[in-house]
Amino acid sequence: MDVLFLSRLQFALTIAFHYLFPPLSIGLGVILVAMEGMYLKTKNPLFHHMTRFWVRIFGLVFALGVASGIVMEFQFGTNWSAYSRFVGDVFGSALAAEGVFAFFLESGFLAILLFGWDKVSPRMHFIATILVAFGAHFSAVWIIVANSWQQTPAGHHIVMGPNGPRAEIVDFWQVVFNPSTLDRLSHAVLGGWQAAAFFVLSVSAWYLLHRRHTEFAKISMKVGLVVAAFASLMQLATGHSSAAGVSRNQPVKLAAYEGHYEAAAPAPLYLFGWVDEEAETVRLGVKLPGMLSWLVHGDPAAPVVGLRAVPPGERPPVNLVFQTYHLMVALGMALLALSWLGLFLWWRRRLFETRWFQWLLVFAVLGPQLANQAGWASAEVGRQPYIVQGLLRTADALSPVVGAGEVLTSIILFGLVYLLLFVLFVYLLNEKIQHGPADDETAGEGQRA
Amino acid sequence: MSALLDLNTIWFILVGVLFAGYAILDGFDLGVGALHLFTRTDTERRLMINAIGPVWDGNEVWLVTGGGALFAAFPEVYATAFSGFYLAFMLLLVALIFRAVAIEFRSKQPGRRWRQMWDGSFAASSIVSSLLIGVALGNVAWGIPLTERHEFAGSFLSLLHPYALLVGVTTVALFMMHGAIYTVMKTDGELQAKVRGWVNNTIIGFIICYVTTTMATLLYVPNMTDTIKRHPVLFLLALLNMLAIANIPREIHHGREFHAFLSSCAAMLALLTLFGLGMFPNLIFSNPAPANSLTVYNAASSPQTLGIMLVIALLGMPLVVAYTVSIYWIFRGKVKLTASSY
Repeated sequence: MDVLFLSRLQFALTIAFHYLFPPLSIGLGVILVAMEGMYLKTKNPLFHHMTRFWVRIFGLVFALGVASGIVMEFQFGTNWSAYSRFVGDVFGSALAAEGVFAFFLESGFLAILLFGWDKVSPRMHFIATILVAFGAHFSAVWIIVANSWQQTPAGHHIVMGPNGPRAEIVDFWQVVFNPSTLDRLSHAVLGGWQAAAFFVLSVSAWYLLHRRHTEFAKISMKVGLVVAAFASLMQLATGHSSAAGVSRNQPVKLAAYEGHYEAAAPAPLYLFGWVDEEAETVRLGVKLPGMLSWLVHGDPAAPVVGLRAVPPGERPPVNLVFQTYHLMVALGMALLALSWLGLFLWWRRRLFETRWFQWLLVFAVLGPQLANQAGWASAEVGRQPYIVQGLLRTADALSPVVGAGEVLTSIILFGLVYLLLFVLFVYLLNEKIQHGPADDETAGEGQRA
Repeated sequence: MSALLDLNTIWFILVGVLFAGYAILDGFDLGVGALHLFTRTDTERRLMINAIGPVWDGNEVWLVTGGGALFAAFPEVYATAFSGFYLAFMLLLVALIFRAVAIEFRSKQPGRRWRQMWDGSFAASSIVSSLLIGVALGNVAWGIPLTERHEFAGSFLSLLHPYALLVGVTTVALFMMHGAIYTVMKTDGELQAKVRGWVNNTIIGFIICYVTTTMATLLYVPNMTDTIKRHPVLFLLALLNMLAIANIPREIHHGREFHAFLSSCAAMLALLTLFGLGMFPNLIFSNPAPANSLTVYNAASSPQTLGIMLVIALLGMPLVVAYTVSIYWIFRGKVKLTASSY
């Protein structure tokens, strides 16, 4: 196994694991603000118990996010030193801004969130909650600025540095608002809201099914459902806008999303299929003819750039990109349907009686997680063979001094540690959920319900 | 030293401030971790962990942001150091992960075996993290072999030479001293009386290490001492450092724990300033072949980026200081175990 493959594997492993947690932090931040805000407004103690319960879950999620995030901060240097030398001037700035503007805010005020209940006034605690939620979103802003610059570089020029060519900032705001930043930011943040909303729904539905903490569960479910329905609907808009952006800025990636090979021809939209990369065709697929052309150009007969427009060495692994993209889209549609079905049941006053729907919600927690992972995979793999679109190839980005043996060692090390962490995370999450919102001050809440 | 404070020098200082902030803040919680197993009962151990509970996470952010700032301001150093110290860094990362997880998970189950396991992980990962940070510093001071293209030309084992290990052990001793003083400040009653007894031992331990390291540096690491030899006035910093350390037992004796802690912080700051002065203008000294060294000039980002980053720092750092001060203010006083404690 070569260093390139191993380094990519390590990055995929560590980012996929890390990305289980930040979307939940982003979304739970918003939901906590809603819950605690309602408590301050209504003084209904139920909202207080809800806030305290979800703050404990937030603490656990955040801890795992930090622990796995430290690796991300340094991995560019350890495994991708040629990349770091090439992009440091641009990419490093966004990463440093994330530290200065987001991490300090988040981690500082999280202390008040977790440990400050008796130390500060309820109003101050609420302000801390808002600041933590802001911090989580700022963090998303800067890291997505950095990542979007890799997808659609702008605001830079290439100059000869001390060790060869490198990218340097010419216009900071063009780097920040590069052509894909806003689309990708809105899409990823809403993905975080969905992840947290369906998480809340899953736990609430589980309580309802087991007739535990029912008052708590009913209100949590309503909060979760509002956020889930809103975010899932908005994802249609941000998803469409993202795809339109990809068609303009990274047409080869879009072609890979849909397995579209012909260099310039009207393109269908596949519901599903299997790309035969040898034969350069999609097998076993069900397609809507002309649909991709219509979505991109507003005309079903308009030609769309295909993979054959570039030599094979310039194409990403098509089937992987196709499958992850379609998985994300399918899950997005399913989550939209599910959340609006929930609103319908709520309207018909059957939300808390429809057990089959509650069982669906219990498992739906996996939906946004899978969709977030699949979406990132298709976005990142779809950019291959480039690490910075059009500027630097992934194969040229490695650390020249790091060998396959060293990377393999670190993969095994991280693999074992992450496996342990994941098992512990699920175990403790389950403990907290089984324990429920009733701590000392809320004992008896179960009976009242 | 040039009197002119150019952007590159400013960024040398700013990155230095971030790493010094990390050493001073995370230093005490790493030290608390290193001392953790010397306590016996579960209550004592919970007090130790909760003394750092609300702040350790924020303290670690100084390292993460320092890493980000290094990447942005001196990408060549970021690339060379982290790829060169590959396995050492992977070990550090794993140790830091384990440490975070041990703090978080220990309290979640009451079982004895469970807690012992996480107590052991917490102490071991704190000591290993401190040691590795020190070894990295030792290597930066001693110099590492660099090629003309600024790539590391040594191996993992070549990083573990006696001088680097000595700096590593000194760092562990320094953090233990700092952590013991912090614990005295944050606790009362029986535990405080116990830790008060440790403070003198940790000071003695640190001074032995410090004197040894200083002698080794004077004898074998001329590149770190040149600046100070050329500017004897800087020797005052070394004096200040010793006075600050000497002040610690005096303050503890008079029950002024906060002053003792400030003294310890001042001592660390003086030490790190000496380190920075010794290094400047090098960021990574190449040994052998000093011509291949990475300096604040040949390793830096463009002046444009350094300027933008300076604006970000000027906007952001006052906020960071404000958050840090308010969090420490809100959680001031002796630690008490409550329902929301670890």
